[in-house]
Amino acid sequence: MRELVILSGKGGTGKTSLTAEFAAISENRVLCDADVDAADLHLLMAPDIQRYTDFKGGGIAVINTDKCTECGQCIELCRFGAVKDHFEIDDIACEGCGVCVDLCPEQAIDFPIKTCGQWYISETRFGPLVHARLGIAEENSGKLVALVRQEAKKLAEEKNMGLILTDGPPGIGCPVIASIGGATALLVVTEPTVSGVHDMGRAIELADHFKVPAMICVNKFDLNPDQTNGIEKLAKDRNIAMVGKIPFDPVFTESMVQGKTVFEYNKTSDVNAATKQMWDRIMASPEMNPSGGQISG
Amino acid sequence: MIISVASGKGGTGKTTVATNMAVSLGSDVQILDCDVEEPNAHLFLNPIINEKETVFVPVPKIDDEKCTYCKKCAEICRFRAIAVLAETVLTFPGLCHSCGGCMEVCPEKAISETDRELGVIEKGRVNGLDFILGRLRVGEAMSPPLIRKVRSFVQPDKINIIDAPPGTSCPVIAAMKDTDFVLMVTEPTPFGLHDLKLGVEAVKLLGIPCGLVINRSNIGNNDVRGYAENENLPILMKIPFDRRIAEAYSRGKLIVTEMPEWKEKFIELYNSIDKLAKREKDK
Repeated sequence: MRELVILSGKGGTGKTSLTAEFAAISENRVLCDADVDAADLHLLMAPDIQRYTDFKGGGIAVINTDKCTECGQCIELCRFGAVKDHFEIDDIACEGCGVCVDLCPEQAIDFPIKTCGQWYISETRFGPLVHARLGIAEENSGKLVALVRQEAKKLAEEKNMGLILTDGPPGIGCPVIASIGGATALLVVTEPTVSGVHDMGRAIELADHFKVPAMICVNKFDLNPDQTNGIEKLAKDRNIAMVGKIPFDPVFTESMVQGKTVFEYNKTSDVNAATKQMWDRIMASPEMNPSGGQISG
Repeated sequence: MIISVASGKGGTGKTTVATNMAVSLGSDVQILDCDVEEPNAHLFLNPIINEKETVFVPVPKIDDEKCTYCKKCAEICRFRAIAVLAETVLTFPGLCHSCGGCMEVCPEKAISETDRELGVIEKGRVNGLDFILGRLRVGEAMSPPLIRKVRSFVQPDKINIIDAPPGTSCPVIAAMKDTDFVLMVTEPTPFGLHDLKLGVEAVKLLGIPCGLVINRSNIGNNDVRGYAENENLPILMKIPFDRRIAEAYSRGKLIVTEMPEWKEKFIELYNSIDKLAKREKDK
């Protein structure tokens, strides 16, 4: 089982658009949207949801006013300032540590488990998709990411599919860390801008930190050829495979508006040729074939 | 005044709007880069950094001499950051949320606190603008405590502009909570609209007045404008896709230095925010 995780550091460089292209041109794969916080892949995949399941996060403190004697112990103990002066819990500030629950002398604080979101197994025109939606302002995004990846793996095993394509979240924090553990390789999508280069650097550092092999591709490469050259040089110096360069092209937005991939919307576009070439390189790369084994797509 | 610049979707232009507005306003402005996973504002402002501070959170340290392996610490910890196996106590500092529960329940007073490095804070100035950034340590998962630390430097008598992280979960909430106004930067595409809706839901939950900037306003379709109208969300600025803007951005240049005619528009943007925030306060 192989898993390619598409990351970027910086948001908006084209992770989801490229994941959708790969979905359209590959075969025998399970799709996984690990950007549970602002998931967009389903907008292009038009999923037919087969099964949905609530995602239970941690507990949240609720003060039982009948039992509460307003002794103030919880206010003193809470390090997150979540107990307001009139003995009510600020749900958004509550970290779910349960310290007030365990140490209330009157046992006046309940700790119901919260439903923090939902996750789905869907069918799409490109095969199965595992995706999720984290509730607004919720915590535990890392846990939900780990869950959708685990379910995608299970599904791939059941269906005898050898590949998982995972659309990752932006940044380098909790949900990203949860997206990369155990992945076969990462594709870091960057753009030729100072921000793109800066954020790609941090994403690569993260990959090094967790010892997951990374590859780089530059989206909208022709917007600033100097920056693109700089990225290519950096890749060479650090011995990271540069697997592709995609031109800037409004066709991405045009096809997105139609709910289609570029592959479906305009098969003869330069973008489509460049993504196809990149996909072949990725699948043949040593990063995606760690044991030097067979090449398949 | 505290304005948070947020988006839902990444890459819509939060940093562009935050930095250009800050520079256009000139004095009595502070910019706080709360996108601590990927801070970018400094790339456009090039501040002179004169203070650097490493930020830590407390995590437990067990005194083996005093510990009786009673497991109370492991039982209270909801984050599985402590495990007791026979006569060994293991701590997992990376999982610790620093709630202090283990210290409270230890009957032997065998737990003290040590530090886990979250990241750094850098403070500086550029052209009369105060600048603060948080930078999460690579490998660290929890950004909200670092974001809250950056926000502790808000100066109430100044205009504080917060560059928020993308998304709608805890890091964004930490950056937007208790601000006077949320400026949502979006783009008129299906992805932009979808994530804008999530962002607006988060803002509603926090009960903060909100307005929109539509970036690359001449691409995509009209759905974002329709949504704004239905939701009564004022569109405070439109920035068209313009290759000159995109190229300036790619080189780390501000719109207002490359195309000075934009300065007035960013000042107007601030003035409309000020008006809307005040109207909300008077309610």
